Amino acid sequence: MRLDSSAYTLGFTTVVCVVCSLLVAGSNVLLKDRQEVNRLLYLQKNVLQASGLVQPGEKIPDRKALEIFRSRVEPRLVNLQTGEYVTDMDPSRYDQRRARGDPAQSREAPPNPASVRRIPDVAKVYLVKDGDGYSQIVIPVEGLGLYGTLYGYLALERDTSTIRGLSFYENRETPGLGAEVDNPKWKLLWPGRKAYGDDWEPRISLVKGGAGPASQDPYHVDALAGATMTSNGVTRMLQFWLHDLGFGPYLRKVRERGGP
Amino acid sequence: MALFDKHQRAALFDPLLANNPIGLQMLGICSALAVTTRMDKALVMSVSLTVVAALASLAVSLIRKYTPNSVRIIVQLAIISSLVIVVDQVLKAYLYEISLELSVFVGLIITNCIVLGRTEGFAMQNSPWISLLDGIGNGLGYSLVLLAVGFIREFFGTGRVFGFQVLPLVSEGGWFYPNSMFLLAPAAFFIIGVLIWFLRTWKPEQQEKN
Repeated sequence: MRLDSSAYTLGFTTVVCVVCSLLVAGSNVLLKDRQEVNRLLYLQKNVLQASGLVQPGEKIPDRKALEIFRSRVEPRLVNLQTGEYVTDMDPSRYDQRRARGDPAQSREAPPNPASVRRIPDVAKVYLVKDGDGYSQIVIPVEGLGLYGTLYGYLALERDTSTIRGLSFYENRETPGLGAEVDNPKWKLLWPGRKAYGDDWEPRISLVKGGAGPASQDPYHVDALAGATMTSNGVTRMLQFWLHDLGFGPYLRKVRERGGP
Repeated sequence: MALFDKHQRAALFDPLLANNPIGLQMLGICSALAVTTRMDKALVMSVSLTVVAALASLAVSLIRKYTPNSVRIIVQLAIISSLVIVVDQVLKAYLYEISLELSVFVGLIITNCIVLGRTEGFAMQNSPWISLLDGIGNGLGYSLVLLAVGFIREFFGTGRVFGFQVLPLVSEGGWFYPNSMFLLAPAAFFIIGVLIWFLRTWKPEQQEKN
């Protein structure tokens, strides 16, 4: 058969495509488990960074991260509408992002500035243990930036308002601009800020032109230079998740109880 | 018997200095600007590209006599992109955090002109063994420039080499004041320019005649 006949060309490209897809699919199947382990470990490291158990930008070996996480952090499930803990489910097996996409475990969000489409019924929070009690509550936050959804964790002290840290583990923002949400120096601006105003309405926001130190200007954090859309997205998502549709009811219960 | 004959040696080593893909052919500049802020990133990117260039050249050369001329470019791209996805999967499995930082740039190896340039320009006309060497050689040529630029940027930008502090920073009680300008993309552009200038002064035959 001639090399340039249509039938041969079609056959040849089909064979190439099949071989290539086998290669791609095979590598994915073989490496999936390892990638999943890495992904979980990365989330745990992010919880540690948000809570300040590991300093932003500090590199620690995987084993040490796992050790700190196991000894200091306790995952808990929370019913977002009632604000009560869910005790009949295993937190380690619960995947909040999957649940959010499942109509049976989530509901549609009313239109909101953070562009959150669905809210899971149950959310996974992390409590940081200190001695006998809990010193921090780490809540997951997500919302639209410029190019895609940012996923991260916000760590709050027992008073549910003082921020310990914020850490994003996934973003699709512009490297060098919006993706600077990952910059350790920027993350260090967060500790000590206040999430809620005196009336317990979410008040934290990113501002252009520079925020003062946390003690004088507790409700503002410097916006990211050259990334207005990402900065607005961060403000909106924090306000959304701190409000009634997010962790508002849960954090109110925490305050009423006097601790997590 | 020598391991490589004259042609094979040329295929492997010429791309390092005499015919460097970045230095002379001006290919693959984009990623050389993006991933050279730290040497570990530059190294992972270099190894990834070298593996892709080598295997793509080998594969394209193996099927070159059976490839219809009308679809040769898309066939090459299919092979290259499959290899890039495999490399990306391996990085996610074994070097997860670096793979997050390299983010889109590993995927963009698909459009790196060095790889397609060598498969189309060399592997389509040559036998598999020498094509493999050519792919490795061009990957190494790219790696050499990437690591050199990465070294300069990390060293002057942060006082570190491969993440180890070699110059004590002023902020930590030392004497070295890092020049963060080196960490910005335009700095890489100038560094590559200067490197090419040195290379062409040293090897005047690489200078372009008007």
